[in-house]
Amino acid sequence: MNGIISTRKINFAYTHIADEGTEREKIPVLTDVSLDVTKGEFVAVLGHNGSGKSTLAKHFNAILLPDGGKVYVDGIDTAIEDKLFDIRQRVGMVFQNPDNQLVATIVEEDVAFALENLGVPPAEIRQRVDESLKAVNMYEYREHAPHQLSGGQKQRIAVAGVIAMRPKCIVLDEPTAMLDPRGRQEVIDTVRELNEKFGITIVLITHYMDEAARADRVVVMDKGRIILDDIPKKVFSKVELLKSVGLDVPQVSELIFELSKEGIELPTDIITEQECVEALLELLQSNKK
Amino acid sequence: MIKDITIGQYFPGKSIIHRIDPRYKIIITMLFIVMLFSAKSFYSLPIGVLYITFAILISRIPIKIVLKGIKPIIPIIIFTAVLNLFFIGGEPLFKIWIIKITADGIKMSIFMIVRIIFLIMGTSLLTYTTSPVALTDALERLMSPLKKVKFPVHELAMMMTIALRFIPTLIEETDKIMSAQKARGADMETGGLISRAKALIPILIPLFVSAFKRAEELALAMECRCYHGGEGRTRMKQLHASLIDYIALSFTLVCTSLVFAINIIF
Repeated sequence: MNGIISTRKINFAYTHIADEGTEREKIPVLTDVSLDVTKGEFVAVLGHNGSGKSTLAKHFNAILLPDGGKVYVDGIDTAIEDKLFDIRQRVGMVFQNPDNQLVATIVEEDVAFALENLGVPPAEIRQRVDESLKAVNMYEYREHAPHQLSGGQKQRIAVAGVIAMRPKCIVLDEPTAMLDPRGRQEVIDTVRELNEKFGITIVLITHYMDEAARADRVVVMDKGRIILDDIPKKVFSKVELLKSVGLDVPQVSELIFELSKEGIELPTDIITEQECVEALLELLQSNKK
Repeated sequence: MIKDITIGQYFPGKSIIHRIDPRYKIIITMLFIVMLFSAKSFYSLPIGVLYITFAILISRIPIKIVLKGIKPIIPIIIFTAVLNLFFIGGEPLFKIWIIKITADGIKMSIFMIVRIIFLIMGTSLLTYTTSPVALTDALERLMSPLKKVKFPVHELAMMMTIALRFIPTLIEETDKIMSAQKARGADMETGGLISRAKALIPILIPLFVSAFKRAEELALAMECRCYHGGEGRTRMKQLHASLIDYIALSFTLVCTSLVFAINIIF
């Protein structure tokens, strides 16, 4: 089997304790979620706030364990406590706020943090830290302090800290939500490069449609369930369904959707601007004739 | 304005003093304190004084900065000097009313002034020439024998590292919160001490809330990177004692023994 992460009908609920512990209320977050992520894939997970996408991500490296169902990481059941570090080494995680995930006062020390925890010999740590910093193009900054860096740079350091573990998969939980457009671009480019060059599986949780449009596969969540799971072209052609769960679509899809409502026929699986321009040109030229 | 605060007051440089292994530097500083406080005669005290003057000169830390460090403790120096001057027993040199000044008293107060001034100079030289990170690291290693008696050495070092890491972040955040509160009409610059202290409350509360939130997220990120305490941890940067360290340590040892020798002779 080629799956790196597979969830089997997982359920998860937070227990909400109101009134000093007297009233306990279960709030379901995930319901029967089954998802398979194949090695080397770039999967984007979309969903508006409270759709359960972050909670799902936390199941991928055993930060949360499902109330029901199973999660397998590279064939290992995440509920097995002895395998915890094996699981976390295979699936690294990057969070939203770059400031709150850097531990050390010097960039290279931070990248080394995970390896130090794992008890890797010093010479090997040095080598892997340098490799990771080069992979995210931050090698020149290895001796800087984190607070001297921009948000995008900090986030790339966080990514370097994860890839130093040589994970098979990286889960990024809205890594660009707090960044400016330039920082966003830097981080997304880095992630894409890791995926293409090193074959690292990427699970990108995001609410930016254009980031999702460039993935191999898009999973849309709503109210703790997966409602769509397909290639971007197919997913974004379902404009009405996406809008009904509070999501936007890429501008191109929106344009095609509006045009087709007016009776102008265009292929619905267009998502890039280039394709859209070509399709529109063709349409205009055929009208001239 | 608030960003100018430097903690640890580290002045980067490439002098011999900067290059000494931080572990050795801590041990040397301790030896120096012993040297300074065990000197009992006018012949041995100058050794400590010359020792630290020499160290400051080769560290290339501007003398102005070293002197600036002494300024805040001038009241303490005066207080100790006066105390020693009046309350040391012995043959009075002269007597005014109930106050008697003894030769021992004069000697003791001069000694105390010199000792405190050079103690501050010596210990600040340690922080001037060693980065906080290196200092924390060295402390962790030096204290590692204490692990045997269940003293949480690694945890303390980790707390210090995280504190150092988050000082700039939290200072920046304080700045933001202050601007936000000022924009809503908060007045922080006028009024008496109490009203100014009260004006700090709307800054401190959001700061604490956010610090706790950060702590929670950081803990999660650390867990994701397999953090499980100091057990089985390795370090990327190994400290290796070099020739400079041995020379510096031997030099200090020689000076210290000289002080002891003079104490015995005189």
